[in-house]
Amino acid sequence: MGLRDRLLGWPVYRQLTGTDPLGRGAAACSNRSAELTARTEGADRVARSVCPYCAVGCGQRVFVTDDQVTQIEGDPDSPISRGRLCPKGAASRSLVTSPLRQTTVRYRRPYGTEWEDLDLDTALDMIADRVLAARAETWEDVDAEGRPLNRTLGIASLGGATLDNEENYLIKKLFTAMGALQIENQARI
Amino acid sequence: MVDPPHRPAVPPQSSLPAADPATAAGWVDAPPRMGFFTDTSVCIGCKACEVACKEWNGVPTAGLDLLGMSYDNTGALTANSWRHVAFVEQPRPAGHGTASFAGNPTGDPAGPASAARSAGTVTQPGTEPGLLPGEPPAAARMTEFLGMPAAGPPGRTGSAEGRSDFRWLMMSDVCKHCTRAGCLDVCPTGALFRTEFGTVVVQEDICNGCGYCVSACPYGVIDRRVDDGRVWKCTLCYDRIGAGLTPACAQACPTESIQYGPLDELRERAAARVATLRERGETQARLYGHDPDDGVGGDGAFFLLLDEPEVYGLPPDPQVTTRDLPAMWRRAGLAALAMTAAAVGAFLGGRR
Amino acid sequence: MANADVIVIQGSNMAEAHPVGFQWVMEAKRRGAKVFHVDPRFTRTSAVADAYLPIRAGTDIALLGAVVNHILSNELDFREYVLAYTNAATIVSDDFVDAEDADGLFSGFDPATASYVQDSWQYAGHERDSGSGHTARERETAAGLRHESHGAPVSRQVQRDDTLQHPRCVYQILKRHFARYTPEMVERVCGIPREKFLELARAWTENSGRERTGCLIYSVGWTQHTVGVQYIRTGAIIQLLLGNVGRPGGGVMALRGHASIQGSTDIPTLFNLLPGYLPMPHHAQHPDFDAWVDSIRHPGQKGFWGGARAYAASLLKAYWGDAATPENDFGYGHLPRLTGDHGTYQQVLNMIDGKVKGYFLLGQNPAVGSAHGRAQRLGMANLDWLVVRDLFMIESATFWQRGPEVATGEIVPEQCATEVFFLPAASHVEKEGTFTQTQRLLQWREKAVDPPGDARSELWFFYHLGRRIREKLAGSTLPRDRALLDLTWDYPTHGRLAEPDAEAVLREINGYDTVSGRPLSTFTQARDDGTTAIGCWIYTGVYADGVNQAARRRPGHEQDWVAAEWGWAWPANRRMLYNRASADPQGRPWSERKRYVWWDADAGRWTGRDVPDFEVTKPPSYRPPEGATGPAALAGDDPFIMQSDGKGWLYAPSGVLDGPLPTHYEPAESPVRNPLYGQQANPTRKRYDHPVNSTNPSPPQQHDEVFPYVFTVSRLTEHHTAGGMSRTVAPLAELQPEMFVEVSPELATLAGLTHLGWAHLITARAAIEARVLVTDRLAPLTVDGRVIQQLWLPYHFGFEGLVTGDSANDLFGITLDPNVLIQESKIGTCDVRPGRRPTGAALRELVQDYRTRAGIVPGVLPPAVTPGVPVEPPGSTGDGEGNP
Repeated sequence: MGLRDRLLGWPVYRQLTGTDPLGRGAAACSNRSAELTARTEGADRVARSVCPYCAVGCGQRVFVTDDQVTQIEGDPDSPISRGRLCPKGAASRSLVTSPLRQTTVRYRRPYGTEWEDLDLDTALDMIADRVLAARAETWEDVDAEGRPLNRTLGIASLGGATLDNEENYLIKKLFTAMGALQIENQARI
Repeated sequence: MVDPPHRPAVPPQSSLPAADPATAAGWVDAPPRMGFFTDTSVCIGCKACEVACKEWNGVPTAGLDLLGMSYDNTGALTANSWRHVAFVEQPRPAGHGTASFAGNPTGDPAGPASAARSAGTVTQPGTEPGLLPGEPPAAARMTEFLGMPAAGPPGRTGSAEGRSDFRWLMMSDVCKHCTRAGCLDVCPTGALFRTEFGTVVVQEDICNGCGYCVSACPYGVIDRRVDDGRVWKCTLCYDRIGAGLTPACAQACPTESIQYGPLDELRERAAARVATLRERGETQARLYGHDPDDGVGGDGAFFLLLDEPEVYGLPPDPQVTTRDLPAMWRRAGLAALAMTAAAVGAFLGGRR
Repeated sequence: MANADVIVIQGSNMAEAHPVGFQWVMEAKRRGAKVFHVDPRFTRTSAVADAYLPIRAGTDIALLGAVVNHILSNELDFREYVLAYTNAATIVSDDFVDAEDADGLFSGFDPATASYVQDSWQYAGHERDSGSGHTARERETAAGLRHESHGAPVSRQVQRDDTLQHPRCVYQILKRHFARYTPEMVERVCGIPREKFLELARAWTENSGRERTGCLIYSVGWTQHTVGVQYIRTGAIIQLLLGNVGRPGGGVMALRGHASIQGSTDIPTLFNLLPGYLPMPHHAQHPDFDAWVDSIRHPGQKGFWGGARAYAASLLKAYWGDAATPENDFGYGHLPRLTGDHGTYQQVLNMIDGKVKGYFLLGQNPAVGSAHGRAQRLGMANLDWLVVRDLFMIESATFWQRGPEVATGEIVPEQCATEVFFLPAASHVEKEGTFTQTQRLLQWREKAVDPPGDARSELWFFYHLGRRIREKLAGSTLPRDRALLDLTWDYPTHGRLAEPDAEAVLREINGYDTVSGRPLSTFTQARDDGTTAIGCWIYTGVYADGVNQAARRRPGHEQDWVAAEWGWAWPANRRMLYNRASADPQGRPWSERKRYVWWDADAGRWTGRDVPDFEVTKPPSYRPPEGATGPAALAGDDPFIMQSDGKGWLYAPSGVLDGPLPTHYEPAESPVRNPLYGQQANPTRKRYDHPVNSTNPSPPQQHDEVFPYVFTVSRLTEHHTAGGMSRTVAPLAELQPEMFVEVSPELATLAGLTHLGWAHLITARAAIEARVLVTDRLAPLTVDGRVIQQLWLPYHFGFEGLVTGDSANDLFGITLDPNVLIQESKIGTCDVRPGRRPTGAALRELVQDYRTRAGIVPGVLPPAVTPGVPVEPPGSTGDGEGNP
């Protein structure tokens, strides 16, 4: 930086020579302040989403920079919510980026007193085995009168109501084919 | 077409910026002065403003304390809470319909008296050792409602015959962005500055944590953060509004209790709203902080209230703490010039 | 909602639970609409309402019944609407005996199963042919839920008296039934002074009719009761009488609590339903495909359920593809069969009894969120394995380590055999898919980022679990494995994580032509010959023209207020159901002010602001020919097209298991004797006489004074359900950082509670502690000369997360609504004492002490029928099959 630039950039010089002799506004503006802009302006992409909390279905815009969610705010285009959010919806970024989120599989063996680590693939395989075993053990072909039952009452499921329709569809389809009847949801509660 | 906005006269005796503080602070071709109008008559106390502010500005948590001040667990505007929703429970008519608890077998309202009375009935505070009920004791605590030292919480005393009337006031408080801002006047580092939008912002890269501004704020808004010592407060989302966006709190507000826009427009809208409410029988509806003739030259963030300002924990007649400063400034200016001349000399000299 | 002239909010704390939806209420209010809030507690909704009515929890039918009485005795109904669009004129069977005349029981009550035989409730001349019969089985299978999208069956030829004078016409029956629901009775039952009641009744009736409309809003404050469905029925009766259904600014609006809870019933993960409200087959009722389908479509009946055979065949075709053929009944034999109640509470009791091996929890936290938390945790501690999929380490995953029963010694980690898998889930921004919000609107979410670490979507988990299970079964010749091996399970995957393509699933849900593969555009294209496959027929159209219609996002400000180009609403992108009723029988708008959908005679079609919920070219003058069935049988002035008679039901001859008309019963736990009838509580409520379950005594039982107070629970705006998505999030946790109980100053004095001190609450199930908030927002009530104190608790707290506390749901027992098997978790009785609760074994001793004093024997419940109430033998033999 040349001397001239340094002089011109010096707040005191600006204060003395500019429109802000008292140094309360334009002259006091720091470089950081002058360059400040909304972080959403530089987002790599914006995903149009829907709030995961209640059933009003408020529109959300999810701003992403370097594959990190940097901001979630109301979508002003939504005719349902017109860009507004409640405290929970407004906390969505904190929800998805919470340091308390579990991001690895945890396993508690029977009679265990602590959690252990487990590989996701192994966990999936173990669960598949257990499903098949429970099903084999509790399978009911027919009732006392010989009418078909085709089911197991040895497996149960309780789903939240933050699951997508597509997810619920696959859940119900797989469990039904498996003969697992006891599939329930928050909607009952 | 509506009437042109009422533009109040600037007090002629003041040499400090009033109606157009941005221009007075040296901004050329400044945009219109921007601000908040918070209409408490439609506030539902959801605190979306508090959360949206924290999410955008990365404001850290203010603590996990149950305060027992109705649903207010934030307590006050602090360095870690730039919006604060106050809740006021009052045995007063809500101004419409039959009284809420008319016909119910109610006694005196909750307050120092009932708290003391119930406290007196407890001999054994717990079946197991544990926390004692309320510290300080509940009776004392309730008189400290909203931090106001008084015989009883404001707006909550004086009803002798039961409590059939009831209303619950909510208000989202925020930095007022005063026209004559004491904090800015006393800031020795230029960390506090007047933006081109007429708002008052702390520049975190300049602030050295001297704390002069803390005592200069007539509203008790500005506050130092314990861990880093610097002061923090509402910036009216300087970064967002510069990009043409709405501040985070106003954008989130579900009921448009918080409105953002050019101050002139907001003042006009607010005046109409007060008139409507008064027509509907809300005789207590009033504006607060809208008047350029008040002790701080009017606020950039002003409010529609349904009761006296004290009820919400607001000072009834705020005065800029530096009102005698103009004369001081003229003297200080000369001194500064002299010092600056010396400094420039040293700066240029340093290049040799 | 913003078009309403009066808004009544009852059983909902809308400003707190649905703040952004509440903006429309505030908008209506700004325009001058009057807002009433009825609630046991003055909430943030009451704070901005025009009037607040404090009510004793669990007495809403008494209040609403009195509004019905006010309308009928003053002839304030919208007569033209009522005559044309409701069943007011229909004549009911001679055999019907009203609860008014039988001390609280309707005719047909079967004491052996504590349920009704509905034959005597039928329309005159249809006593035997409506297929209603005995309801015990319907209760076990929560059959009421099927009526979410359509009414119960009834034949279409009915006797009418358009003068409404016939003593057995619905109008007169209604009038007699509600005659006892007077303002004085409201005062005695609800604790609402009559002046306040009249203020509500007048505002509601004065703001309804041709020129004006009123909207009724409820939520789980109504559904979570043993008479929850009847609460909603009473509200619907008022709205039908006032002409407030199918019109702008009218309606009965259910506010649902979760992002896609509507979707989870449309595409159900519920034991008794298949997608599109098709019933899961019953082993005895539905031996084959034809019997199953006919039980849905009721051959000869009016309305759109006439297409049920095509919907059912298309679902099976979507499930089993090429293996589903007309010859093998599309694989109907693969479907598992119900034998009774397999609901979530029955499951938990079965877990305690060791009958369940494995349990999946998918974003759900029953250890905190379900009634009787201790039973939930004891059940989970007795599984072979448990899979928890969630964002956070929730209480239902750590009950074996940190739960309250570990402290009391009831669960010992070293002795607890449950193998627990915690699998992290993807958040809503880490996957794509649709949510269905509370007004049936589907909205597509774009994915923003990949999920972190091992976190995966449910779509990923179930697709790959299914793939793996099918691989392990490959080559199996066991008949039971056929359904899995024949399943169409070939969704394309993409990306590093092999995420299944959600749009491919949505396309299957929408349905396609199995020959050309083209997506269908409307459910009327469904066929029963195997040429269409449809995953959920009511969603057909969401992928019309191969375009994801749920992803449409034309900004609201570029559209009119109906905003038909934002997302997609079922059915057929209709925003308001039954909107044919917004026009008069001749098809003209009822008024200029309330214009919505009308008949354009020149164009020969229905038109307006919304997609008409009616066959678009069927003129108002259309009368069905003799013998017509299905949609063709609906006349041009039958607006309720999914109802079997095209009318709105003031009186429900079938479909509602606890009576054709709503009746006030006390909650299962109440300190008050029912002032209206000898029958104390809903005689058909679903009860579980399991040793873990118990009910506090209510009058006329003895010892009700042991639990003298009424408590009710609900949400805070700052938290979300069981807290798994809010107590873990710092900016929310700090706003409501501790479990508390709200009490009136009067109760505080009475019970010796201090502001911010501790209190503990005791029921027959549990004792929990909370900090005390003494507040004027709660007030005692005078009920039948007695002072009743009510307490309120939030139910969000548990022992994990940034902020913790005891769980309010631990206080509840398990008693359910008979129609939909939803638990009564809005009201119970309790005692409250100052100070913290005891810990360790002393905690169970305290609860046991209360049980002993109240004379409670584990597993022995109060009788269904109150002693002294005469029970007439049912008028029909019925098959009487209950829980086998």
